[in-house]
Amino acid sequence: MNSVIHRSCFMKILLPFVLLAIGVAAAPHSRAALTIEIVGSGANQIPIAIAPFRAEEGTPQALTPVISADLARSGLFKLVDPGGIAPVPHEPDQVSYPQWRARGAEALVIGTVVSRNGQYEVSFRLMDVVKGTQLAGYFYRVNPSQLRLTAHKIADAIYERLTGDPGVFSTRITYVVKRGARFELQVADADGYGPQTILASNEPIISPAWSPDGGRLAYVSFERKKPVVYVQSLTTGQRTAVANFSGSNSAPAWSPDGRRLAVVLTKDGGSQIYSISASGNGGATRLTNSPGIDTEPNYSPDGQWIIFTSDRGGGPQIYRMPASGGQAQRLTFEGSYNVSPRHSPDGKSFTFIQRQGSRFSVAVQDFATRQMQLITDGGVDESPSFAPNGRMILYASEVRGRGILAAVSSDGRVKQRFSESAGDVREPAWGPLIK
Amino acid sequence: MKRWIVMFGVVGMLVGCASTPDEQKPADIEDRQPSVAATTPPATKKAPATPTEPTVRAVPTDTIGKDPLKDPANILSRRSVYFDYDQFVVKEEFKPVVAAHAKYLASHKAARATIQGNTDERGSREYNLALGQKRADAVKQMMVLLGAPASQIETVSFGEEKPRGQGSTEQAYAENRRADIVHQGE
Repeated sequence: MNSVIHRSCFMKILLPFVLLAIGVAAAPHSRAALTIEIVGSGANQIPIAIAPFRAEEGTPQALTPVISADLARSGLFKLVDPGGIAPVPHEPDQVSYPQWRARGAEALVIGTVVSRNGQYEVSFRLMDVVKGTQLAGYFYRVNPSQLRLTAHKIADAIYERLTGDPGVFSTRITYVVKRGARFELQVADADGYGPQTILASNEPIISPAWSPDGGRLAYVSFERKKPVVYVQSLTTGQRTAVANFSGSNSAPAWSPDGRRLAVVLTKDGGSQIYSISASGNGGATRLTNSPGIDTEPNYSPDGQWIIFTSDRGGGPQIYRMPASGGQAQRLTFEGSYNVSPRHSPDGKSFTFIQRQGSRFSVAVQDFATRQMQLITDGGVDESPSFAPNGRMILYASEVRGRGILAAVSSDGRVKQRFSESAGDVREPAWGPLIK
Repeated sequence: MKRWIVMFGVVGMLVGCASTPDEQKPADIEDRQPSVAATTPPATKKAPATPTEPTVRAVPTDTIGKDPLKDPANILSRRSVYFDYDQFVVKEEFKPVVAAHAKYLASHKAARATIQGNTDERGSREYNLALGQKRADAVKQMMVLLGAPASQIETVSFGEEKPRGQGSTEQAYAENRRADIVHQGE
């Protein structure tokens, strides 16, 4: 009765969908919702109590519900109910540790919100309930519109202090929604909140890829009756066709310095990997030279390598080559269909899709040991990408014939599903940590 | 915090989409009836609305008199080449169609054609894009062998993105393992 989240819990959070409509041709769909379901939990959940912040009720966005939802969604925390403890502590000297210990909490979050000159001053402290000491404490001065982001940043700080890994609650994701014959490239918070349509088209959009600084997206649009690679600024909305050569142009992948894109072009015959400038200036340098298909390039975080899909050995398998091209080494040997490789943020492993029979599953393989692990049960899983802390993998899946997004912890224990009530969601990519 | 700008650089698309019979059906638009009367190329319609300079390609009105491409009795009105699962070889039954278009291009130096490759929906979108390209390239290769100038043919792929056959059935998959020959201006 003390905890609201139990092991193997199944919970639903209904998040309001807010469409920021600018311009006359605003999308006609008025209502939709992103629903998140969480299944499973981490091996060792940290019991944490989050006390309501002083005066947060009077703000446009209460912070502690967002913080609680973030931590619960990770599967690594067990939320301890703070209800009934009076007075609610907001400062360290107001905390009665035995009360929280009695509820099983090992950590406690307290905080305050103060309204000053149109801004809010948010402070929070993370207390060690067992030792009665402070583990972390931060102060933020923010605009009202930034309260939700601030809650995510607080959740990030708590997550990092207690797990040792950076939190990714304040990051963003991108994906494509198909509604009828209409395609929308959207960007939303990592919890699916506040989706914004950055491009709407009646022709397909695929393969969005975040620039390393999170400020631009590269993607493939079919608006010119063929696949063309564009780069679009998220701040200005300006877009440039960076690869529009004869034939097909696709599969953009950013170099870690954000200056180059690896792309797949067919201008010289066959689908081959080239390097181009991310600004679209200059020519294309060919990186692969095979008689078959080379596609889905992805740079290693240190920029030294590119992993990609190739059918040079018959069926599609994952290969690795130096980022400047050259001798490629085959990485996958199990299964006849391995595609869509993406590096982990630490560069030690990669995720990809493996087909077994008619099922497609998310897999992770370690570069050093070559150990391969399937981390989803399979179905029609596609397009996996790591969260920037390496702890979750976001991918596209299908439920009852409709495209949804899903995330799974890299050990396969915790699963989340994001579904969009009004459309078919596909092609997700998790954005970078913004410093 | 308007960090995300909603872009609707596609105002003109409503025009291009008017030929779509049913908005509810997630159907493709321009591949459905390759032999239909000239459709307006949405690229030129839509490009002015985008912030980048539009590449407005002039569509030369080919003076062919009675257009054999649109004559249902003419083999040139047939545009689709179907492939077997995971195959890229142009089957015998489609050679006459490919040969007719090759001959047409060879005898119309101003004519240009695009071959659009397609695949079924199973598997990676980008890998399927490359598979569709392989199918388009196979058709082009045969056309060139039959005398069509390579410079008059562009091959592109739609992968699994513009399925003509809807749904996850074998019938739809077979319909989508296809390359279409589209002549300029269509």
